[in-house]
Amino acid sequence: MRKVLHADGATLAKQMAEPLEALIVPLMSGYDAVLFPASTTGKNAAPRVAAKLDVMQLSGVIGVENATTFVRPIYAGNAIITVEDNQAKKVLTVQPTAFKAAGEGGSASVETTAAPAGPFKSAFVSEEMAKSDRPELTAAKRVVSGGRALGSSEEFHRVLDPLADKLGAAVGASRAAVDAGYAPNDYQVGQTGKVVAPELYVAVGISGAIQHLAGMKDSKVIVAINKDEEAPIFQIADYGLVADYKTAVPELMDELTKAGL
Amino acid sequence: MKVLVPVKRVLDYNLKVRVKPDGSGVDLSNLKMSINPFCEIAVEEAVRMKEGGGGHAKDAATEVIAVSIGPEQAQETIRNALAIGADRGILVKADGEVEPLAVAKILKAVIEAEKPDLVILGKQAIDDDSNQVGQMLAALLDWPQATFASKIVLHAGKATVTREVDGGLQTLDVELPAIVTTDLRLNEPRYASLPNIMKAKKKPIDVKTPADFGVDTAPRIKVLKTAEPGKRSGGIKVKSAAELVGKLKEAGVL
Repeated sequence: MRKVLHADGATLAKQMAEPLEALIVPLMSGYDAVLFPASTTGKNAAPRVAAKLDVMQLSGVIGVENATTFVRPIYAGNAIITVEDNQAKKVLTVQPTAFKAAGEGGSASVETTAAPAGPFKSAFVSEEMAKSDRPELTAAKRVVSGGRALGSSEEFHRVLDPLADKLGAAVGASRAAVDAGYAPNDYQVGQTGKVVAPELYVAVGISGAIQHLAGMKDSKVIVAINKDEEAPIFQIADYGLVADYKTAVPELMDELTKAGL
Repeated sequence: MKVLVPVKRVLDYNLKVRVKPDGSGVDLSNLKMSINPFCEIAVEEAVRMKEGGGGHAKDAATEVIAVSIGPEQAQETIRNALAIGADRGILVKADGEVEPLAVAKILKAVIEAEKPDLVILGKQAIDDDSNQVGQMLAALLDWPQATFASKIVLHAGKATVTREVDGGLQTLDVELPAIVTTDLRLNEPRYASLPNIMKAKKKPIDVKTPADFGVDTAPRIKVLKTAEPGKRSGGIKVKSAAELVGKLKEAGVL
């Protein structure tokens, strides 16, 4: 990183799409490409920038082969396409979990750039953020996820929260668990939820629907705990434990304690 | 209030995706195609605005128009929207892949002709997973946007929209006309009843082409290759939590 442009202003407080577009589009006369993380903020703003530059955007990029060739998943990761983008300006959203973090210790200069003045036709009203000391799901090195087998919201948190805390992990859930109301929407890992690729993914009581696998199959090590030995999750798990979570999770907690965690 | 709902025809979400052995794309031949699930949610929300329901006053929407850009068979997708309760359809006939930017340009022209107060569309199609059209359309029109909506409340001249964002929920006010894109939990679409499916057959569908709107649909991005994702082979079964922790230590993830 050679240079950081810093824009600070009230219109940017919530990083909404219209002010981000107003900030970034004029800057693009001096740049060939703009990359956004494939977060809800990035996904919200990037296409506005692309449209204003009259270029097609590449979404959810997981590989860069050269300056014009990129790799991205389609059909929720069930197919991977390699594409050539020869447009004069490139607008990409990138899947952060697909790339190794660059090392720290650079010496970029920081320049101030003006925040857009507005007014804009959308206004922030309020937000309700889940309060948690745990790492953010998409950035976590370890993730503990629960499925419908947990049976209730109380049970979901009673079983998974201590395990997550012991592992320093984020908590995720299958769509079935979210739809059943056991876990909040933003816990959902899968095709229609979040895509995660932690070092360790522990699936508890998750059967492993395609929709869920699409969101976690790139994890480095996958552990599955399920009492149904036919559960599809075992086909992709590195380590499968066929057991009832009610006994297996407490035993796992004890063993982790013994291992010094 | 007039509401426009763009809808896309995609491979049915229950079907397994198969990559063609020669790497030229995904095999769609003879497979069931359906309305994109997020688009169906958009149609349902618009129809609730007309019928009353989902927190909307009856007749909050006076007319719901479904638009699809795609092949002749996208008529079926529009009929699907009409069976849910949309009033009429517009098919912009285009064969082959039409990229999000071109779709947004066509929709902009449709909107300039139809002058809706609100456009509701799916946050993404489950085929190309681009998640772009709504935002691009908002930018091209210089309209405000509220993406990933889980709740929409209409007021005079504005909408209050709750959005699903990383880490929680965000609520915005957008001035109308505006673009709203739907997330999965905005509503649960109804099953269209047989009488409504029959009625839908009689509703009008206007057929256009991209050329009618002066939009060039030539792709900007060239797909070089389509591949199966890397297969993950299953690992081993462990017998106990103790053995599991041992393996995890060996793997260096504890």
